Amino acid sequence: MRDEMEKALKGHDADYIEMRIEESQATRISYRGKELEDIGRTAATGGNVRALVKGGWGFVSFNSLDNLREKVELAISEARIVGAETSQLAPVEPVVDIVPPDFKMDPATVPLADKKNILDQYNDIIWSTPQVQTSNIGYGDNRKKVMFASSIGSYIEQSRCDVTLRLTVVARADSDVQQYGFSIGSNGDYSVVENSHDKVKEAAQKAVQMVTAPNVKGGEYTVVLDPILAGVFCHEAFGHLSESDFVYENPQMKEIMQMGRRFGSPILNIADGAAIPGLRGSFKYDDEGVRSTRSDLIREGVLVGRLHSRETAGKMGEKATGNARAIDYRFPPIVRMTNTIIEPGDTSFEDMIADIQEGVYAKNWYGGMTSMEMFTFSAGEAYMIRNGKIAEQLRPVVLSGNVFTTLANIDAIGNDLGMNQGGGCGKGGQSPLPVSNGSPHIRINKCLVGGR
Amino acid sequence: MTIEQILERAKKVAQEAEVFYSDYHDTPVGFEANRLKNVQSREGIGVALRIIKNGRIGFAATTRLDQAEELVAAAVEIAQFGAEAKFTMPSSPGNPRPVEVYDSSVEAIPIQRMVTLGQAMIDILLQHTPEIQCECSINKRIGSLRLINSAGLDVSYRRSSFSVSIEGTFIRDTDMLFVGDRAASCRLDFDVETIARNTVEQLEMAREIVPAAVGDVPVLFTPRAVLSSLLSPLIIALNGRNVLQRSSPLATRHGEQVAAKEFTLWDDPSRPYVPGSRQWDDEGVPTQKRTLIGNGVLNGFLYDLQTAGLAGTISTGNASRSPASLPGPSMSVAIIDHGSRSKDDLIKSIGDGIVVDELIGAGQGNVLGGDFGGNLLLGYRIQNGKITGRVKNTMVAGNVYQVLKDAQLSKETEWVGGFLSAPYILCPRVSTSSNE
Repeated sequence: MRDEMEKALKGHDADYIEMRIEESQATRISYRGKELEDIGRTAATGGNVRALVKGGWGFVSFNSLDNLREKVELAISEARIVGAETSQLAPVEPVVDIVPPDFKMDPATVPLADKKNILDQYNDIIWSTPQVQTSNIGYGDNRKKVMFASSIGSYIEQSRCDVTLRLTVVARADSDVQQYGFSIGSNGDYSVVENSHDKVKEAAQKAVQMVTAPNVKGGEYTVVLDPILAGVFCHEAFGHLSESDFVYENPQMKEIMQMGRRFGSPILNIADGAAIPGLRGSFKYDDEGVRSTRSDLIREGVLVGRLHSRETAGKMGEKATGNARAIDYRFPPIVRMTNTIIEPGDTSFEDMIADIQEGVYAKNWYGGMTSMEMFTFSAGEAYMIRNGKIAEQLRPVVLSGNVFTTLANIDAIGNDLGMNQGGGCGKGGQSPLPVSNGSPHIRINKCLVGGR
Repeated sequence: MTIEQILERAKKVAQEAEVFYSDYHDTPVGFEANRLKNVQSREGIGVALRIIKNGRIGFAATTRLDQAEELVAAAVEIAQFGAEAKFTMPSSPGNPRPVEVYDSSVEAIPIQRMVTLGQAMIDILLQHTPEIQCECSINKRIGSLRLINSAGLDVSYRRSSFSVSIEGTFIRDTDMLFVGDRAASCRLDFDVETIARNTVEQLEMAREIVPAAVGDVPVLFTPRAVLSSLLSPLIIALNGRNVLQRSSPLATRHGEQVAAKEFTLWDDPSRPYVPGSRQWDDEGVPTQKRTLIGNGVLNGFLYDLQTAGLAGTISTGNASRSPASLPGPSMSVAIIDHGSRSKDDLIKSIGDGIVVDELIGAGQGNVLGGDFGGNLLLGYRIQNGKITGRVKNTMVAGNVYQVLKDAQLSKETEWVGGFLSAPYILCPRVSTSSNE
């Protein structure tokens, strides 16, 4: 394949061309209630060409790998329609690297019967819990080999293997339906889905408890987030704002995102990077062939870095950070997060809640979303905090904030750290992209909680 | 190998078999920061094989017609573990009325024309607000679909679509305002300038920032907000799979009043040139126009073949599938009937309330239970019957079954994204909270 790719890229008149070819195999199993709903296997082969001419991009994606040269020519002709400026890409060194797969426990080596057996065990646990109405279990693995060649002379082969398990238990009283769930995942380690029996039991019990829990009254509260939800908070509240494609051509955003701007108190440190090993957002090269890094985004409360593709870095006169990612061959790479972390501080959980008269302890996650300035993130589980103690359980809550005030309202950062490996990120029609988020417990003052 | 050959091969090893073929060719043109940024061509195909072997369902999918043997082998392997089949594959395509979803002129729209349309929309926004930063996307898609099965069914059709979307970002200091609109049809039968003008109207209404009305207040949902906040939980609750599991709050309420009398929700796949319309569903079952909620009374659910078999009923022609997945029940085209009062009358009737146009995170939380809630990305305050400015940093939360009980609907309806036609919906008491 390498020869054909390199041959197709030779001898064109364009500022930059790259080609990505992928082969993938995926397995999925899902249960709805007691019944197995879906089990299937899918295979895909496809590729794309992206060309840059005078600052304009052309992009062609396809399944058939015939006539690659024609596809390159089509991408260049598209780019010519657009190009009217100067192409600016941050310089990177050409790389030739065949990265061997490094999977702790490759799901391809696990028989389908074993995978189904684990899910059957989880389903038995759920159904042995009284008052459960139903449940959803979704398992998936996707093993993918990606070949990348570019006109600067790079050729890279990499593999990744995304493993995910999502489980939701539904409890019901009359027409009132409540649910509790969790999701876990890994890059190339099937064993993470094998040992969740205790977690499944806990999920079933919590779903049942939730039916009798009250709703929170909407308003401002001091909120303590557990590491899982704090990771989602970090991703939504600040992570997306650090993606430079929102910034690089927007003069007002550039002003807002000036290096040195204070976003939080000196206890706040945030970083992102695919070079942090062993996580779901980890890789060696991004989808533009740029070596992964670890970028400090906020140091002691102050903006010190951002995430780049080659183009956003080139136009802002900064270095490429290896954050250009595409979910698959059908899409061009765009600036994305990888593994995003709030670094641990020194406050114990007990101290964090000790002086809260009335607050909310929010745990686990349903989801999150941002518009850059304002964002929401939702907890899967919540409790009132009263007089320094965890009190009654609540129905799940949706929390909301504004990046310019909420980050500054973080006044305590825990001495623990938890990673959420079960998330997927969506942007620009590309979803779900494997990412991880991590954080210690954090405390936020005056956080807006929706209620009814 | 052809798909007929795949079916032949599958028939030799299974009692029943079905091959679902789909392809698409997208040509998107994208603008960023007010200027043309990219032109793309995206092509793809998918072949999915579903079999019933020894009473169980096997499934496999691929993008490669040259790997037909592997495809059949994978489906057979899967069938050992597959769900028990509760249906037989349909043999007759029935005699459904034709539904127009293809217009050959879409394919012929030149890229240059698409560029001109995009630039025209951006120019309208720039003329109004010179500092605005626009992203705009214009896409034409030609797709085809064919379904053949061992019972002799062979249905196929082509679909064209043309869609545009524009989003403007207007930043003052650290205040960010996002405005935008979109449209989609099977042909270019809409005016892009109208879309740009709708966006300009949003800019006008959002000019001033005012404090929110908080507490339990009247909330007017625009058609766009009806889709994300109110309709999404209903669609999940109407899905036959959730009804079967009784995880739907509507599961036991057939024939009961679940919304205001004025509220009628249809699934209508027969609307010509609407992107969700279709003559057959993705299992080859003829589609039908059905009332799901009629005058507030729950009237029916959405079923595909397998779910209907499990529930002891018949398919409603609502099977949908992506190229690589098994079918599942889904709505085709949602129509909410108009109400009796004009939108202006509804606004005038509000002493102090909020218009919700877009919530961030509306689909988070316990959507299955009917909850909606989120941060107001685009919304306005109504005071003494007039829109007085933009409201932000505000949460809106509620439960669709509670707020629809006494909902009032506008006379005017609008299309949202080629999937929903809905009026403005006024709910007298919805919980809001704010930082201000």
